Formats: sequence, C-alpha cells, structure tokens
Amino acid sequence: MARAKPKKIGAVEKKLISVADAVITAAELRRDPTLSIPVRSLANVNFNEKRGIIEMGKRKQARTFFNVGMAKKFMQTVLVADALSELQRADLTTSLREIYYRTKHTMKGSSENTFDNQNESDPLIEDLEVSLAALREELHVRAENAGSIVGPVIFGDDGDRVDCARLGKGGYSVPSIVEPDFIEIRRCTADFVLLVEKGTQWNRLSEDKFWRRYNCVLLTGNGQPPRGVRRLARRLHEEYKIPVYVLVDNDPWGYYIYSVVKQGSINLAFESERMAIPKAKFIGLSSADPDAYGLPRNVGIKLNDKDIGRAKELLKYRWFQKKPWQEEIKRMLESGLKYELDALANKDFRYLTKTYLPRKLKEEDWLD
Amino acid sequence: MATALARNPTAQPKSSVSAVEMGARQRDISVSEFFTKNRHLLGFDNPRKALLTCVKEAVDNALDAAEEAGILPEVVVTLTVAPSNGDAPPPASQATRFRVTVIDNGPGIVRHQIPPAFAKLLYGSKFHRLRMSRGQQGIGISAAGMYAQLTTGKPVQIISRTSARGAAHYFEVQIDTKKNEPRIFENKKIEWNHERGTQVTLEIEGRYQKGRASVDEFLEQVAIANPHVKLVYMTPERETREYPRTINELPPQPREIKPHPYGIDFGILLRMLHDTRSHWLSGFLSGDFSRVSPAVAQEICKTAKLSPNARPRNIHGTEAEALYKAIQATKIMAPPSNCISPIGEKAILHGLSKQIKGEFYTAVTRPPSVYRGNPFVIEAGLAFGEGPDQVAAAAPVAPAVPLAEGEQRDDDSELARVIRYANRVPLLYQQSACATFKVALETAWRNYGIAQSRGALPAGPMVVFVHMASVWVPFTSESKEAIADYDEIRKEIKLALQECGRRLGMFLRRRERAKSEFRRRNIFELYIEEVVEACARLKGGKLAKERLKAQLEKIAAKRTGGERTDAILGRDGGPEGLPHSIIVTVEGPEGEAPVLPGAEPSAAAPPEEPEPAPRKTKAKTKPVKRKPKTAKRKAKKPKPKKRKK
Repeated sequence: MARAKPKKIGAVEKKLISVADAVITAAELRRDPTLSIPVRSLANVNFNEKRGIIEMGKRKQARTFFNVGMAKKFMQTVLVADALSELQRADLTTSLREIYYRTKHTMKGSSENTFDNQNESDPLIEDLEVSLAALREELHVRAENAGSIVGPVIFGDDGDRVDCARLGKGGYSVPSIVEPDFIEIRRCTADFVLLVEKGTQWNRLSEDKFWRRYNCVLLTGNGQPPRGVRRLARRLHEEYKIPVYVLVDNDPWGYYIYSVVKQGSINLAFESERMAIPKAKFIGLSSADPDAYGLPRNVGIKLNDKDIGRAKELLKYRWFQKKPWQEEIKRMLESGLKYELDALANKDFRYLTKTYLPRKLKEEDWLD
Repeated sequence: MATALARNPTAQPKSSVSAVEMGARQRDISVSEFFTKNRHLLGFDNPRKALLTCVKEAVDNALDAAEEAGILPEVVVTLTVAPSNGDAPPPASQATRFRVTVIDNGPGIVRHQIPPAFAKLLYGSKFHRLRMSRGQQGIGISAAGMYAQLTTGKPVQIISRTSARGAAHYFEVQIDTKKNEPRIFENKKIEWNHERGTQVTLEIEGRYQKGRASVDEFLEQVAIANPHVKLVYMTPERETREYPRTINELPPQPREIKPHPYGIDFGILLRMLHDTRSHWLSGFLSGDFSRVSPAVAQEICKTAKLSPNARPRNIHGTEAEALYKAIQATKIMAPPSNCISPIGEKAILHGLSKQIKGEFYTAVTRPPSVYRGNPFVIEAGLAFGEGPDQVAAAAPVAPAVPLAEGEQRDDDSELARVIRYANRVPLLYQQSACATFKVALETAWRNYGIAQSRGALPAGPMVVFVHMASVWVPFTSESKEAIADYDEIRKEIKLALQECGRRLGMFLRRRERAKSEFRRRNIFELYIEEVVEACARLKGGKLAKERLKAQLEKIAAKRTGGERTDAILGRDGGPEGLPHSIIVTVEGPEGEAPVLPGAEPSAAAPPEEPEPAPRKTKAKTKPVKRKPKTAKRKAKKPKPKKRKK
C-alpha cells in the first residue's frame, strides 16, 4: 500500500499539525484550548436543491480542554490526530480499529485508559474529517472492503491491471479507498452503472451475465454502500458520464440507501461534494411494482412500527418532497407491506434478469 | 379457641354421628396445646429460627427485668453444642442440639413466681398494663421452654437470686400442656456466684448458622439499640464477643398509662364497664382512662344521653353502643407520651457508629404520635459508607492493573440493609411484611442522591435503622416479627426516613463536590501529560514540552478555582444543617471536621470524637432525658385537628 511520496509535509499532515498548534497558541495566550467541530446532525444539514446534495450547515460546537465533560474527549482527539499524522508520515493506510489500538494506553500514574473501546475513537476520526475538511481516505483510514464490481471496466490498482470483465462471477472487490491516487480507471465502456443493494441479487445478475447483455457495470455495497462503493460509482458517473441506477428493496431503508447515494448522508454531509450522485435514479423496487409486475400479496412483509416510523420521517426530508416520491412512500404506507428484491424469485429464479430489469430499462420506469 | 358446632342434626345416614356423641367429643383446648401444634406462630418454624427465638426471648426478659428494677443490665449469653448420647459434640455448624444459657444481673424472681413465669403460657406482668416494654404477652420464655420440652424433652433450668443476702433457688420446670400449668421437677437452694439475677438454661433442637437473621446478628443489633447494656456473647465456636456499655445511664423509666379512650374496641369497653370498681359512669370514664377529665366525662355522658350517675355495670346493648360512639365523637387530648422512652438520637448514633463501619451516621427521633389511642415514637438512623479503614485498605490496591476492553471496576451494587426494632428489640424475620421495610422501599431515596431501582431498597453501602417505641407495638403475628401497617405509623416512619435521607443527601453532595473538584484537577493533570506528548509528536519533536505543560497546568488551576475553592468548600461545609450526625474521614485531602455538633444551640453534649471513644458518655444522655418534655408539648397540638372529621 505504501507509495512513494515526496518527503515534505503534505497538506493533510499540515491540517493535523494545526490541532497541536491550536493547543500551543491557546496555552501561550492563557486561554482554554478549543477545537471547533461542525455539528453532525439533521439539524445542521441543508439540502441544496440547486445542486441536489445535502450540505453541512455552519453550526459548530466548541470542544474545550478544561471542561470536565469534554476534557477526555479533547485529549483523545489530540491523540487521534497524532496517530493520523503518523500514518501520513509513514504513508500507510489503516483501519478504524487499528487507530483505536494504536492510541490506547494507560495514562501515566493512573489506571485509567485513554480509550476504553472503539466506540470512543470512531466518532473522533469523523470529527477530525469534518473539522479539518479532510476525507477519511485522505487521512489514510480505510473501511472494510465491502463491495464488488463486475463489468466492462478496467482499473489500475498498485500498478496491476484489473479488467472487471474477466473476473468471473465474483468480480473485483472494491477497496475502501478509491481516490485517483490509489485506483486509476483506465477504461470504461459501459452504458450505465447498476448499484444493487443486496449481494444476493448482484450475484444473480453477475451469474446471468446481465452486464454483458446490457453493457453495464454491476456494483453492490452489501446493504448500505460503503464510501468506496459510493465514491467509485460517483467517479464512473463523473468521469465517464454514464447514468447510475439504484436497485434496492422496497422498504424505507431501501429508499434511504438510494437517497444516500443520490444526495449524501446526514452524518457525513460534508462528503456529499465528493460522494453524492445527484442524477442517480431509483429503478426499483417501487411500491407500484407489485401491481405492475403482478407480485402476489403473500410475498410481501407487513411493515412494522419501526418501518412506519422511518417512512414517516422520510416523508418529511426535504429531499423527498418531489411529488412522485411522496406518492411512492405513501403508497407503501397505504399497502402496509414491504417487498424484498428476492421476492421476485416467486415468479421465476431469473425474473429479475429476464423480465424485471429489461422491462424497467425499456420503459424507463424510474424515479428521480 | 372455642369450638363452634352445628346444633341441629339433620336426618342422617347411619355412619354419621349424633349431636350427643359430637357434644361428648367437645372439650377445652388449652393454649399450651394450641401452641404446641402451632409453634410457627411463636417463631419456632425451623431449627435455625427456633435457636434465635429462644435467645431472643431470654434476652428480652433479662433486659426488661433489669431496666424495670433500675439496674444497668449486664447480660451473658452462652451457646454451647449439647452433647447427644455421650459422643463428642459435633462442630457448631453441624450440631442439631444446643444449650442456651442467659444470665442477667436483674432483680431476680421471687421463689414462688419462678415456675409460672417460665412454664405457663400467657402468664406475666406485661400484658395488662400499658407501658413500653420488650415483652408484651407473657408467652415468650414459656414458649421457648415448651419448645425445649418438645424437641429434647429437657426441662428449663432456672437459677434466681433476689439479693446477696437471700439464697439462690434452682428450679427445673416444664409445662403441663393440657392444663397450661407448670410441673416442677427439681427445686432446691444452691450456691451461686452471682449476687443477684437470673439464669435460664434451655436445651433445644436448633441450628447455628451465621449471617442474616442469626443469633450473632441479633445480638449485634441489640447492642446497637441498647448502648446502656453490657452484653457478652459466647458463641458455639467458643469465641467470646463483648459489646461494652457505652452509655452509663439507664433510659428513662417509661411510665404505665391507662388506656386511651380512642384506642379501645367496643368489646373491651363492655368488659371494662363490667370490671370497673367505680360506681358511677362519670367516675369510670375519668378514672379508668387516660386524658378523660371529669369535665370530659360529663361531656361524653351528655352526648351519649346517659346519666353520669348511672352504674357502669348496668350499661348494656344500645346504651353501651351510644357510649362508645359518644367517646369517639368527643375531643380528647392525645395520650401522654411519657410512657414511652425512645432510644434517643445520641444513643442511636453511638450504637450505630460503634457497631457499623461507615463514613456518615445520622439519627432522628420523631415527636410522639398516636395510632388507635396508643402513643408511639418512631426513630430512624442511617449509617453510610465504607468506614475509613476499608477505604484506606481498598485505595492502594485499585490502580494496579490496566483494564482491558469490557472490563470494569467493581461497582458496589449492594443494596442497603434495613435493621428494624420494636421497643428496642431487633426484628429479624418477615422483613417484607413490616411497615418499616415497606416505607424504606417507598421513600424516594433518589432525591437524596442514592441509586434505587423501582420497588427495591436503595443501593449503596448503607444501613437503615428504624425503631418503633410504643406501649403496644402492633405486630402482624404472635412471633413479633413485623410491625403492622397503620397509616399513622407509616407516616411517622416516612418523615423520619426522609429527614435521615435529607441529611445523607447533604453529606453526599458535600463530599461529591469536594471529590469532583479534586478529581477534576486530577484528570486535567493526567490529560495535560497526554496532550503535551501528542502535540510534541505532531510537531515532530520540535516543542518545548515543559513550557507547554506548565502553561496548561496554570490554566487548569485557574479554571478549577485553585486553592480558593478548597477554602470556600471548607467553609460552607460547616456544621449547620446536619444535626445529630457524625462524619468520619481518614485524614484525607478534604480535611473536613470529623464531627458536627448538634444544631440546637441548647444541646449540652460536647462534640463526639471522630471514632467515638466508648467511655465518654456522661454528657450525652442529657438531651435524651429532656426529650419527652418537649415532645409532650408538641403532641398536644396535632390531636384536635385529627378529630375533626
């Protein structure tokens, strides 16, 4: 993973060192050292309708050192910054968990640990991403490889040529960092990207060589797509000007996955710039599909209270205010049922490949 | 126990019995026989409890007798394993037969009274009078003797001597359960090395176990509530435990009172009308009841439309009913409360701090109150914390091993313990049926900074002490294990516990403030170290570490208020607001005054030592003595209000 890099201090490292500078300057001025961290919550995101993405608001919270409630967090933040800068200097990438282990130790003269579990360090990395305006990838922190891609696309990865059309039905495992520095897209001849929520359906499509027939790239994130998958879809969309279609279950979570791909997430709103694909289309499963495709009622699943609550929240999100979307969600609530993609197998094992998707594409039956 | 019987034999099949035959089978049941069959009613349900009950009854009697005679009690309790058929006695934990011996320095018992006192149920001096005492019914020790007789067949052995000049009498007695009369096996004069007192020896089937509701616990709790008693306990394991006397003065003698008119039932009124020696109704009312003046008696007669000169014996039926109602409708002063002698706040504090290790103690004696015409006083106390030795012992061990993920330091999730007393006697069984326990559950301890889950006792290293003193403690059963649930009693317990809780809350808040301030500076120091190191690494080693550290520490000190905070804390942690409390500390960083003198400016008692020295006692009993006077004054007020229904 290590790549040759110039010895001089990089931009990201400079940002990390600024944390130390904040402490030193405050100490000189006899002030309480303070880091200001943008608030990551629904209350502090705006939906930019023009650009079609969620943007982070201006609200910030001050994390001060000499406040009993925040002192530990402050100290931990500085420790994480130190660990991250170490990564920069050594030019390594690492996982969230390794950061946790790297920064954990017992404080001198006490039995108190700097961190007790990973839940304490993870949000601090996000805090630093946001406040330093550095993406996680730039900080050299990776997540699990949790996505797969197959189709007519060729990558350059650590100097290796990866032709995703020649990787069988398993495809290429999408790394968590797909920034141009790490992954190069050498060629892509596909007509569109199909981002599938579930691995099982991706397997079905890959096995049936759907991508060859319809000349597309098949991408999955196994549930909520991780950053790598989203960023890769965005790069393909942007660099090769091909549309992105999203295929998810027909339930509130499916809708939300689509919205994260399209507008960005609330928690990581600051990344929408680089992640969101405002032109992504929702291809299915729509709440209108059971009627249109004659899915029997008995393959539906009753919405539980959580589903209903979530759906009602979605109805209020500013990015779901378009009329077709309101109708879509309300239709699901009225029917009281949700449908999984897998339910299509009720008609035929290859219904998705042979009938459903071809018809959808032909009719251009999608939501924006 | 009278048997009810169907008097009308209907047309019966041949096998059934005629009324005459049935009648022939009916006969008296003696109390003794009844209790032989129902021994659980008296606290002899199982061997373990039986051992405790025997000790308890004997100790109660010993203390009652000595106190009534104005003697500072000295009691020696000896438990030994009784050898069965000549074998070597088994270890105490396995033994099934025990010999209980209780020796007191009381007034002794006159010779002819010894057999009935120990071998006749419902014989005693305490049942017919209204006066605070441990025993009430005259069942206890005889029942213990009966239990001995039932399980080992051994008679009760008694030695008693009334004065140094008189001889000591030795008796062996048993109950004739059919007649409820004593049977004397042995009766002689013997040499005895005590000048005066009584010794009772019972041999019973029992089990000795330590822990909750054990003899050990009972005696320990006796010592808490009776600091004027010198108690020596020889355990079956041949260990001698001494509970020295810490107050050299007897609690004030409770006085005997006549029944209060509000406290009697209709049936009792009828009996009293019949038994009275008065010739006139007004005389009966004012003579046989407390708080009924001739004027009040006249008023009652007028309300009942009865002549004050009527003969009490001639009042029956509707007239009696009218009289009963008239009594209830008339305003009568609350009964006098000098018939009760509460333990007193100082003495409770003494008892608690002597027997229970803790950091904070407090005690509350409520003014007297009345339930069903019976005056009573509720007292409550609290002992909280680990005690300086334990804290000091635990402290250096703690910061040894760093914790792995998921590990935690032991939090004490131990629940509080409630120790209950009725007339200075510890109650060990049926905790959850007891009014005191219920109120302890109901009290919102969380308001005082103590964790408490719903429907549970508060959590923490805490002992809650509740004492009810009354001329007649309403127990839920004969075995005297739980106090019945009267609203008036509940209310008083609640007020007492709330006061204790409030004081504990103040103590905890005060301690917490001091601690958190200390902790605050402490954690800042730790974190500064970390932050400085991390900054130095971030800066690639180009940093004046010591300078940054000094700067940050300066800011930290300023932010936490520095030494000034300590001073402020010390000052407002003064004694006011925490009357009748003791705070014990190690010579720690907080350096609080270990003892807070009483809030009342008149409290003559000098402040106690941090760890109360056992002998310094003389001054302390004074406030206790004064108590009834003030109490009396207070008791007058609430009564009239209550009656306005």
